[in-house]
Amino acid sequence: MRLDLDCRGLRCPAPIIALAKALPTVDVGDEIAVAATDVAARVDVQAWCRMRDQEYVGEEMAEDGTPLYVVRRLL
Amino acid sequence: MRLPSDPHAGYLDAASSEPLHPAAREALLAALDRGWADPRRLHTEARNARLILDNAREATAAALGVRRDEVTFTSSGTDAVHRGVLGLLGGRRRGSTLLHSAVEHSSVLHAAAWAGTMLDTTARVLPVDREGRLSPATVRESLAALDGTAMLAVQSANHEVGTVQPLAEIAARAAERGTPLFVDACASMGRLPLPGGWSVASGSAHKWGGPAGVGVLLVRKGSAWRNPYPVDDRSDERGSGFENVPATLAAAAALQAVVAEREAVNARQHALIARIRDVVATIPDVEVVGPAETRLPHLVTFSCLYVDGEALVTRLAEKGYGVASGSACTASTLTPSHVLEAMGVLTHGNVRLSLPRTATSAEVDAFLALLPDVVRDLRAEVGL
Repeated sequence: MRLDLDCRGLRCPAPIIALAKALPTVDVGDEIAVAATDVAARVDVQAWCRMRDQEYVGEEMAEDGTPLYVVRRLL
Repeated sequence: MRLPSDPHAGYLDAASSEPLHPAAREALLAALDRGWADPRRLHTEARNARLILDNAREATAAALGVRRDEVTFTSSGTDAVHRGVLGLLGGRRRGSTLLHSAVEHSSVLHAAAWAGTMLDTTARVLPVDREGRLSPATVRESLAALDGTAMLAVQSANHEVGTVQPLAEIAARAAERGTPLFVDACASMGRLPLPGGWSVASGSAHKWGGPAGVGVLLVRKGSAWRNPYPVDDRSDERGSGFENVPATLAAAAALQAVVAEREAVNARQHALIARIRDVVATIPDVEVVGPAETRLPHLVTFSCLYVDGEALVTRLAEKGYGVASGSACTASTLTPSHVLEAMGVLTHGNVRLSLPRTATSAEVDAFLALLPDVVRDLRAEVGL
């Protein structure tokens, strides 16, 4: 399962706050895809995964060209 | 709140600008009355100015352990960096590639970009590790992979996270390939001994307690450096414009004093920063960035998850503390710090704290006592 999180137009830390709030709503093993236009999200999503012991799956691209940062819930 | 008796209490942003050292103030006031004339002329007033300028150059050279004729005073640290980088590129004997670390000061990056347009050179960025350190092995591999590198630019220490670069080994790798090395020493000059192995180096007086508007350009005797700008008919052909003679003497006096005091000051500051690192690391979801030991003595950077950097800096200012931030929202460009990005560490909720010479243990304790609540309150405001 994958939850899409639309954070287009939001500036950091807002996308990371949205990610943290969304985490408990998905099951362990499921993914969250954060669509973010703020360039800081590229670094900050990965740093969040490291600090919160979650898995950073990788970067994809949405149909409109916005980067998608994909995270898997580990705990 | 700040007491009138202690105007700098709570100021924890020495890496942006160190308050004027008392030795600088004294020298500046004395030189203002005697050093205003044109040092190139031959009358009494001019000779006084020339004497002060020569003394400033001599004292700066002695404090840094370089030759007197290797010292040029510039109008700022940025000006010294630009002259240094562009002058080495202008004097290059081969190659068109400028190699630099990913965590150089923006003045190096801007000089590299300018050279790309004006001198047809290409910049190649060398990655750093999670602590902001450039590995000598990376330098060796990059130099070997490129046929004729024009120059290498590596800072002595990082201005945002404090990482001291392994410059002895990096300089050795550059020397093996005959590649000229530019060392931006603005963040460490005076505080730490100047590393060796450079062809050109730079410093900035207001970062060691001298006045603003004085930079130091060091050009090693015999290195292939060529003035990249229109020349001027001053006493020093590497600079341009009428010298701010009193300010150079003040800068030199502060540098001498800082070098003389650094053993004691560095030990005290290193211990205070170690305490800050320990306490900050106990705040939930806060990451202390940069190395614990191989660092500038007076500086620490940390990032707080879910916290807006601008809000954090503003809240701390309201409580009487002046700190800097590398977060995007605090930058005029609205892009996060390229240093934090290159290290792969959290860029939001970032605070850089750097102790001035006069910072006390009591000040640090008071800051540490309120920081956890400030972070908690800001998180509560966004529902976390």
